[in-house]
Amino acid sequence: MAEPEPVIEVRDLRNSFGEQVVHDGLDLDVRRGEIFGVVGGSGTGKSVLMRSIIGLQTPDAGEITVFGEPMIGRDEEEAKHVRRRWGVLFQGGALFSTLTVAENIQVPIKEYYPGIDQNLLDEIAAYKTAMSGLGSDAAAKFPSELSGGMRKRAGIARALALDPELLFLDEPTAGLDPIGAAAFDQLILELRDALGLTVFLITHDLDTLYAICDRIAVLADRKVVALGTIKELLALDHEWIQEYFNGPRGRAAATIAEREEASA
Amino acid sequence: MTIAELSKNVEDGRCVLKFSGNLTILRVRRISEQLAGIDAEEMVVDLSEVERMDTVGAWLVHKLERDRGARIVGATEDQQLLIEHVAEADQPIKVKRDSEPALTRVLGEVGEATQTAIGTLYGLLGFFGALLISSANVIRHPRRFRLNAVVQQFEVVGVHALGIIGLMSFLVGIVIAQQGAVQLRQFGAEIYTINLIGRSSLKELGVLMTAIMVAGRSGSAFAAQLGSMKLNEEIDAMRTIGVSPMEALVIPRVLATVLLMPLLGFYAAVIAIVGGGLFCWYSLDIPPVTFVQRVREVVPLTDLWQTLIKAPVFGMIIATAGCFQGMQVEGNAESVGLRTTTAVVQGIFLVIVLDAFFAVFFTEIGWL
Repeated sequence: MAEPEPVIEVRDLRNSFGEQVVHDGLDLDVRRGEIFGVVGGSGTGKSVLMRSIIGLQTPDAGEITVFGEPMIGRDEEEAKHVRRRWGVLFQGGALFSTLTVAENIQVPIKEYYPGIDQNLLDEIAAYKTAMSGLGSDAAAKFPSELSGGMRKRAGIARALALDPELLFLDEPTAGLDPIGAAAFDQLILELRDALGLTVFLITHDLDTLYAICDRIAVLADRKVVALGTIKELLALDHEWIQEYFNGPRGRAAATIAEREEASA
Repeated sequence: MTIAELSKNVEDGRCVLKFSGNLTILRVRRISEQLAGIDAEEMVVDLSEVERMDTVGAWLVHKLERDRGARIVGATEDQQLLIEHVAEADQPIKVKRDSEPALTRVLGEVGEATQTAIGTLYGLLGFFGALLISSANVIRHPRRFRLNAVVQQFEVVGVHALGIIGLMSFLVGIVIAQQGAVQLRQFGAEIYTINLIGRSSLKELGVLMTAIMVAGRSGSAFAAQLGSMKLNEEIDAMRTIGVSPMEALVIPRVLATVLLMPLLGFYAAVIAIVGGGLFCWYSLDIPPVTFVQRVREVVPLTDLWQTLIKAPVFGMIIATAGCFQGMQVEGNAESVGLRTTTAVVQGIFLVIVLDAFFAVFFTEIGWL
């Protein structure tokens, strides 16, 4: 089978803040239709990598291509064209606090496709909230009236507003209870299958890695030190990777994953 | 690229809608307009020539199926899945907040505003009481007094404000001198400009302008600082550790403002007199020696006492309002902004109200 075309290509990325170099010579490919996990210790620049790809952080050097279009040095108008093809879920949800959930979802639609009838906008907001697994009264609420898990679901609903092909998720399950986190994993998987999404996922959650990630990139020493399926990573002889996946938490997650596989 | 074919009445009362090209959000506006104009008993939706479909397109198709009983033909497996997925998400969902009729809403808002105003006054008094209790506690246990925090607030509230308050007072002094001179010249009484500058600066303007500036600079800063600490759960963390936020945060700020307001007010009055004096020298040819001599003759000492009595009270009001509003922050970042604004408005308003009371009071006791 031919390798699917890459959606994101990162070449020779270099990022630094003053003296501190975060990335140096980082390469990365994300293929169409996969759920791509990014792991790494604190401070290895996972979020900085995501911010570089979505254009919130200008790298010192390197090339970033999304959907085959170079992203660095693009002017705002051209970048907009690519931007409507992706959705981003920030760590805290980053919902606009003065708007209701439904209005939050409608913001990107109104921005890119002005003039759509308000009734239709409301219908769109309604089915997007339902798709994200929010209850029937959540859409009319303000973000401050929602729990953390619901806020993340609302964030996903907004990220999906424009039917993106690519979804960026920054620690989507952080701060959720295990049941909520598992349900969120399931939601991501379902949305990927139903909408044909490519997902770029930063996580610390070993269960998420086992449950839904097709491939995983490990960030350490300012670059991607390993990339592959979880089985391939486990076979590698890298100190940090071994500690990460074979530590007490890693083993527990692996046991659960095996049990689920066996029962399936 | 939109609805390419619209073959009506192919069979009796039956209408075939044939979509082609991209059935996506980009076209949805025109498509839904076109669909609204179609009236048929039986409908068939043909998707065989659709290249791309997103959830919005699927939603439109689903609505045709749901509302008009349309039959869908020619959908690929993926498209069928997408339509099913959207249909699954078609649940009764409340999108809008309940709205009320205009009259009851206005009445409700008036009532709410009144309630808030009364509640705020009550809360402010309560906060002031709590502040007094905490102060008494600190006086009884002097070891709990946080000298470092107070000194740090001295710097922020006082030292850093010297530049802007000085500049402002200097300009105010010049403006009073200039405006006064223009009016008094008409009566040949230009010499009374000095009375005007000396008395108004020392008695009213110095301390009042300082109070307004401190409310804008420090009152707002108190509200914003305490407000973001509240949002960040820092205040809760303090309480659980056993540190009283009142003692650690509020008392140093209030104390620093109370102690520094008289100094700042006096400083502002002196600078305003200097500004006015320079204007008199430059414009009315009154030499500085004469100016100072005359100021000493016409400004009674009670004017200074008035400023020194009013200033700490104003400082207390400004700092209390700022800290109180900061502690009221709840929910989101918007609330911090709202409370900061309220702190400044409330501070300045109360200062001016009290200033009026002071004016009447001092007149009554003969401090003209």
